[in-house]
Amino acid sequence: MNLHTANEWRPQTVPPSTPVREAIGSVIYEFRWLAADTAMMAWRNLMHYRRNPETLMSTIAGPVMFLFLFNYVFGGAIGAGRDFNYIDYLVPGVLIQNNLFTVMNTGIGIASDLQKGFVDRYRSLPMARSAVLGGRVCATSLISFVSVYWTLAIAMLFGMRFHGDLLPVLLMPLVVGVFCFGVAWLSALVGVTVRNAETASASTFFITIPLTFLSSTFVPVETMPGWLQAFAEVNPITHVVNLCRNMAQGGPLESYAWITAFWIALLIIGVGTLATWSYRRIS
Amino acid sequence: MNHLPAQIQDRSALGELASAIAVESRWMIADTAVMTWRNLIRYRRSPELFIFSTASPVMFIFLFNYVFGGAIPTGDLNYIDFLMPGILVQTTLFSATQTGVGLAEDLQKGMVDRYRSLPMARSAVLGGRVAAETLVSLFVACLMLAVGYIIGMRFHGGFWPGFAVPFMVAGFAFGFSWVAAFIGASVRNAEGAGSLMFFVVFPFTFLSSAFVPVETMPGWLQPFTSVNPVTYAVDLGRALSQGGVIVANAWPTLLWTLLFTFVVGPVAVWRYRRV
Amino acid sequence: MDNAIEVRQISKSYGKVVALENVDLNVRRGSVMGLLGPNGAGKTTLVRILTTLLRPSSGSATVLGYDVVRHARHLRSYIGLAGQSAAVDDLLTGRENIHMAGRLYHMPKREVQKRAQDLLEQFDLVEAADRSVKGYSGGMRRRLDLAASLVANPPMIFLDEPTTGLDPRSRLELWDVIRNLVSEGTTVLLTTQYLEEADQLADEITVIDLGKVIAQGTADELKHQAGSEFIEVTVRDAEETRRAAGVLSNFAENNECDINEEDNIASIMVEDGAPLMVQIVRSLDAEDIAVANMAVRQPTLDDVFLALTGRTAEEAATESEQDQD
Ligand SMILES: Nc1ncnc2c1ncn2[C@@H]1O[C@H](COP(=O)(O)OP(=O)(O)OP(=O)(O)O)[C@@H](O)[C@H]1O
Ligand SMILES: [Mg+2]
Repeated sequence: MNLHTANEWRPQTVPPSTPVREAIGSVIYEFRWLAADTAMMAWRNLMHYRRNPETLMSTIAGPVMFLFLFNYVFGGAIGAGRDFNYIDYLVPGVLIQNNLFTVMNTGIGIASDLQKGFVDRYRSLPMARSAVLGGRVCATSLISFVSVYWTLAIAMLFGMRFHGDLLPVLLMPLVVGVFCFGVAWLSALVGVTVRNAETASASTFFITIPLTFLSSTFVPVETMPGWLQAFAEVNPITHVVNLCRNMAQGGPLESYAWITAFWIALLIIGVGTLATWSYRRIS
Repeated sequence: MNHLPAQIQDRSALGELASAIAVESRWMIADTAVMTWRNLIRYRRSPELFIFSTASPVMFIFLFNYVFGGAIPTGDLNYIDFLMPGILVQTTLFSATQTGVGLAEDLQKGMVDRYRSLPMARSAVLGGRVAAETLVSLFVACLMLAVGYIIGMRFHGGFWPGFAVPFMVAGFAFGFSWVAAFIGASVRNAEGAGSLMFFVVFPFTFLSSAFVPVETMPGWLQPFTSVNPVTYAVDLGRALSQGGVIVANAWPTLLWTLLFTFVVGPVAVWRYRRV
Repeated sequence: MDNAIEVRQISKSYGKVVALENVDLNVRRGSVMGLLGPNGAGKTTLVRILTTLLRPSSGSATVLGYDVVRHARHLRSYIGLAGQSAAVDDLLTGRENIHMAGRLYHMPKREVQKRAQDLLEQFDLVEAADRSVKGYSGGMRRRLDLAASLVANPPMIFLDEPTTGLDPRSRLELWDVIRNLVSEGTTVLLTTQYLEEADQLADEITVIDLGKVIAQGTADELKHQAGSEFIEVTVRDAEETRRAAGVLSNFAENNECDINEEDNIASIMVEDGAPLMVQIVRSLDAEDIAVANMAVRQPTLDDVFLALTGRTAEEAATESEQDQD
C-alpha cells in the first residue's frame, strides 16, 4: 500500500520571512483564498439543509402561519378603521421577521460547531480564517433571500398587492436580503461569544422577538404607549420595515433608506469585523 | 447476601397478567414521584430551560399588552384583563409540550431503555413527566399573574374564583400533557416532536379567544374558534377572573380535560410501552 | 535540520490551572514520538500548541522549522491533526468530508478526488463512502477523521489519542496505518494513555504528568529506569504467599518483595532473572512451598510509570481529576 507516489500533490514549502512581510503575506493570503474557502464552507452548510430538510420547516411554514395569524386573527381587530389594507401593511414586517429567524440560525450552527470541537480541525488547516463564519453567513443569507419570494407568493395568495413603482418593488427583496446578511453577522457574533448552541438559540429568541414586536412590524407605532414609541422610533427594524413597506406600497423612501443603509453598513463592517476578530481569538 | 428479589415461580399467563397489574398499581405512585423529581431536577440543572420557560412568558405579556393593547378593541375590559387568561392558557400549553419533547429526547438517547429494564411501573415514566410539567405550569401561571398584576391587571370576579384561575389553567395543561406525551412517544425524536407540537399548539391557541375577541375574526374562522377547546378554557379563565358565565364554560373545559387524560393518556402509555 | 519538532521551555496555564510547565521536547524527522500520560497530564494542550490552535504562555516551539506562533499560517499547510474527538461532519458523507478537508488545504479538485478514493480504500471505507457519517460506527469515524487529516500528504501528523474507544481489532488496524505512514517518511506525534500502544508504535516516548516531562527515551531505556527484571512466583494460598515473600526477599535487589494477595503472587526485582530461578525453586522447596507458576518478566511501561511517579497511571489520573474539583 503506497501512500505517496512521486507525482502526487504536496504542499509547496515557502520559507517564512521578516515579521512585517509575514503580516502582509497573511493578509494577502486571507484575501486570495477567502472566496474559495467561503464557498466551500457555504457548500457544507447548504448540504446540511439538504440532508436535514426539517431545519427549513420554520422558514417555510413561518410565513404561512404568521401571515394567516396576523391577517385573519389579529387583522380584524388591528386593521379596523384604518386607512390601509392590513395585509399590505403586514407583509414587509412578516418578511423581515421570518428572515431574521432564518439568518439567526447562523450563530446556532457556529456555536454547535465550536461546542463539538469541529473548529479545531478548521483552525489547523491553512484556510482563510474568516471563511468559517463567512460560509455559514452566506449559506443562511442565501436561504433567507430565496424565502423572500416564497413569503411574497403566500402573501399574494392571502390578498396582498403591490402598489408601489416597479423599480422599488423589484429591489425590495434585495434590501431584505442585504439587511439579513448583516444580521447574520450579528448572529455569528452571538454564536462565537456564547459557544453553546442552546444559549445561542435562546439569545436569538430574546433578541429577535422584542426587536420585531417593538417596531412597526405588526401595528402602527402611533398606537403604542408613548414611552414605547420612543423605542420603536429608533429601532432599526422599524426603519427597515418602513422602507420595505414604502418600496412595496409607495411612499417616501429617502429618510428610511439612509438609516437602513447606516445599520446595514454597521452590521456588515462593524459587527462582521468584530465577529471575525472574536473567532480568531478563540483558543 | 443483600437485596435479592423474591423467588419467582412459573405461573400461568393469567397469573402473570394479574401480577403485572398488581406490581403496576402498587408502585405507580412511588415510581411516579421519583420520575417527577428527576424531571424537575432537569429545570434546576439547566438554567436556560428555566429562564426560557419563565422569561419568555413574561416577555410576551409585556409585548402583547403594550404593542397590541392599543390596537385591539376589547369592549368593556382593559386589554390586560382580557389578555391574562388567554396568555396563561397559551403559555401553560406550550410548557406542557415539554412533556413530549423530553420524552422523545429520552427515547432517542436510549434513556428509556434503562427505565424499561428496571422493575418499575411503566406508566411512571410518562406520569412523572406529566406531573413535573404540571407543577412547572402552576408555578409559571402564578408568576405570570404576579407580573400581570404589577402592570395593571385586576381581578373583578371575586376572591375564590380568582384564586382558582392558576389551578384551572394548570389542570387544563395537565390534560394536554397527555396529548404531548402521545406525540412524543410516537415521534421519538426531540426536534421532530418539538416542531410538530408547535404546529399543533400554535393554531389552537391563536385561533381562539386568547388574544382577540372572536367577533373580530372573519366569519369563516368563527365556527372553528368557537368549538376550539382552548376558547372554552380561556373563556372560563376570563369568567373566573373578571366575572361572567362560569358553568357554561366549565363543562366543556372539564370534558376536554377528562378526554385528554382518560382517553389520550392510556393511548400514550400504550404507545410508549410498544416502543 | 533533523528535528521535525523542537520545543523549548513551553508553559501554558489556564488561569490558575497550570497545564504545561517548562516542557522541552525534540522529535527527529521520520520518527514516531509517543506522548504518554494519564488524564489531565497536558497531552492535548501540547498538541494544540504545536498545531497552532493555542498560544503558549511562554517558551517557543518550531515544527518543521516553522515557529508555531509566528509562522502559524505556513505551518498549517504541512501538518495534519486528528483531534481527540473525531471532527467529522455527521450530515456529510465520508467522501464529502475528505473532499472538504482537501479543498481547504487548497489542493486542486481532481487531485482531491483521486486522493479521497485512495484514502477511502486504504481505510476500508469504500462501501460506506457515500453514506452520511451519522450512521458510522465509532471506529469508522476515527478512521475517517484520520483519513481527512492525511488528505494533503502532510509530512508531519499529530494524533491525539487515536485509538481511544476502538475495539482491539480496529486498534490493531490503526496501528498498521500509522506504521505505514512512518515507513513512508512521515513524522508522527501521538498521544496515548495506553502504555502498550506507546511501546508498540513509538521510537521514543515522553512521559508527562501534571504538565511536566518526567521521563524521555526509547521504550527500552525507560524500562531500564524502572529496574531490571521481575521474578513472579505464584503459589496456592495467601498464607503461602507470605511465606514465599519471606524467602524471595533475600534474592531481591532491594530486599523487598511485592505481594499480590488476590492472585497469590509474590514478585521481586532482580538484576538478571534467569540464573536465580533454580536457586529460588530450591529454597521454596526447602520451605515446603509448592510453586504453581514462576516467570521472569520484563518491566512494562506500567512499572515505569510506577517507578517514575510512585503511582500507577490509574491513580495519577484519578488524582488529576480530583485536583479539578
Ligand atoms: N480550556 C481550558 N480551560 C481550563 N483548563 C483547561 C482547559 N483545557 C485544559 N485544561 C486543563 O489543563 C490540564 C491539561 O489538560 P489536557 O486536556 O491537556 O490533558 P490531557 O493530557 O489531554 O488529558 P486527557 O487524557 O483527559 O485527554 C487539565 O488539568 C485540564 O483541566
Ligand atoms: Mg487529551
